[in-house]
Amino acid sequence: MSTLVFLEHHGDAIQKNPLGVLSKAASLDPDTSGVVIGSGVGGLVEQAGKYGAKKVFVADDPRLEAPLPQPRVDVIAKLVQEGGFDTVLFAASVLSADVAGGLAARLDAGLNWDLSDLASEGGQLVGKRLALGDTVLADVGWSATPRLGLVRSGSFEPAETGGSAEKADASVELSDFSTKAEMVEQAHEEQTGPSIEDAEILVAGGRGLGSPDAFPLLEELAKALGGAVASTRAVVDAGWYPYATQVGQTGKTVSPKLYIGCGISGAIQHKVGMQTSQVIVSINKDENAPIFEFSDVGVVGDLHAIVPKLTELVKARKG
Amino acid sequence: MKIGVCVKEVPDVGPSRRIDPATMRMDRSGDRSLNAFDLQAVEAALRLKADAGDGEVVLVSMGQSRALESLRKGLAMGADRAVLVSDEAAAGSDLVATSRVLAAALEREGVDLVIFGQQASDSDGAVLWAAVAERLKMPVISQISEIEVSGGSVTAKRQTEFGYDKIKTPLPAVLAVSDALNEPRYPSLKGIMGAKKKPQEVLSLADVGVDAGDAGEAGSRTTVAALNPPPSRGGRQMISDEDGDAAEKVMAYLVERKFV
Ligand SMILES: Cc1cc2nc3c(=O)[nH]c(=O)nc-3n(C[C@H](O)[C@H](O)[C@H](O)COP(=O)(O)OP(=O)(O)OC[C@H]3O[C@@H](n4cnc5c(N)ncnc54)[C@H](O)[C@@H]3O)c2cc1C
Ligand SMILES: Nc1ncnc2c1ncn2[C@@H]1O[C@H](COP(=O)(O)O)[C@@H](O)[C@H]1O
Repeated sequence: MSTLVFLEHHGDAIQKNPLGVLSKAASLDPDTSGVVIGSGVGGLVEQAGKYGAKKVFVADDPRLEAPLPQPRVDVIAKLVQEGGFDTVLFAASVLSADVAGGLAARLDAGLNWDLSDLASEGGQLVGKRLALGDTVLADVGWSATPRLGLVRSGSFEPAETGGSAEKADASVELSDFSTKAEMVEQAHEEQTGPSIEDAEILVAGGRGLGSPDAFPLLEELAKALGGAVASTRAVVDAGWYPYATQVGQTGKTVSPKLYIGCGISGAIQHKVGMQTSQVIVSINKDENAPIFEFSDVGVVGDLHAIVPKLTELVKARKG
Repeated sequence: MKIGVCVKEVPDVGPSRRIDPATMRMDRSGDRSLNAFDLQAVEAALRLKADAGDGEVVLVSMGQSRALESLRKGLAMGADRAVLVSDEAAAGSDLVATSRVLAAALEREGVDLVIFGQQASDSDGAVLWAAVAERLKMPVISQISEIEVSGGSVTAKRQTEFGYDKIKTPLPAVLAVSDALNEPRYPSLKGIMGAKKKPQEVLSLADVGVDAGDAGEAGSRTTVAALNPPPSRGGRQMISDEDGDAAEKVMAYLVERKFV
């Protein structure tokens, strides 16, 4: 095996998920390399070495400053073709998924996504993939090399090995179409007020609320329970509730003692942000809603009827 | 403006949705519909066409021949016609093979804009557009929650792990939308009646110029070796609100677990 891990960074640090993938890859292939792509990113080599990379390729170019996928496909495709890597691993993110998809087409390489574990069985790389709303765990593989894998958020913890990596330059030759898209603006949302990550009880609302006007129902329940309100991407993208309250792959990862999901379908990208909650109660009018698969208590019914009643019961009990 | 919208027929979510252990492929024999996440893509295309004042919205799909029934929903919403690539040799296509077939069908159409849905509910990949864009050699923007097309370019807003990006690209381009981009319209009765009469082409792999060996299992690079039950959270209690007493039951649970 000869493995390359895409080490996505933000600011001056490699993200936690790619470091986790790197640690896992290094445990399967001691010669694992990493690649960092950006502008002024040479300093990340040291961090990668600490988490198991033997060698880190650095593509450092002002044209790579914006986190856009297609120029990264150009860089990684060349590395794979010249470096002879047979496995390229990514930690799922908005950027990495698009890089992995483009790379699969460029190299005609198999891409398995949503991997929650990786193993080497009889010399073969095997991916564990939760599929169909996590109702089945499939063993997936590749019929040819290079093999590409996208690992689900939070699957592997970064493990410090205290090693150090050799630095190598990666050449940067960009295709015409790769540089057509340009970043106009990147708004980095600032946290204001208490963080949902600190709340012991979260009452979370999704599109089943029907309109932003229904959020006060959740706010009242949260207040009565002494908790905070969280949300899904669907309602944040629609402008119903602030991004800072979003749970999931592109939002926060939370582990409250109690999570009450209201009008939330339970998409995987939401689940990865809340599955470590101690107790999960969900209210959904659709008995087939995927969220029931990972709830401790599933309530089939209309949240507009149930939530206000529950709030009154909690208030009455607390006096 | 000519807009291609990639849409897929998927098995309905429910207990019968499964991977067939004999073939290791998705069981597509049960109830099926148009992937709900593709409705926002169709809606986006219809609105962009209306804004542009002229143009054409073409549904492009790969699937079983009877998937035309599901595609009619998009036609009923207002898409002008549908192109379905359906071929025995395309069954079991993975990302590499599917992207090759869809890119070939889109190239045959020659479109200014390609729009994808957020994800297929039977694959949860949320990644196909990147492969198709690569094959078409077009720029790509994914996870879009706001779109603006003007003067031959698209500007889109999208959420990442760090907040919102605004990205701009000239046309032709590939876009993938988020499920919150818009509220898809319901087909009108007239739309439903008219859908059957709209042009619907069923093409073979040869029609789009893809060798049988480059599609289906032969053209795929990934395999499924075994199916196992998923890890479980343990016992789950289901409560129905049929009698209007769910709140009391949830309350009893919260008290028992000392949350209140
Ligand atoms: C790359 C990527 C990253 C993503 N990141 C995130 C993320 O960080 N966080 C996130 O949440 N999502 C994320 N998503 C989106 C995710 O896939 C889902 O689209 C989203 O979570 C759906 O939100 P929802 O559950 O609010 O809406 P829906 O899926 O529309 O679900 C609404 C639910 O409400 C129920 N309902 C409707 N009316 C009522 C009622 N009156 N009473 C009770 N129930 C009702 C319905 O049955 C339905 O199940 C991401 C997607 C992608 C592709
Ligand atoms: N067989 C198909 N035919 C046409 N479009 C598809 C097909 N499969 C997936 N798509 C499109 O690609 C998007 C993402 O799919 P996926 O990457 O499989 O989750 C879907 O929302 C559709 O727009």
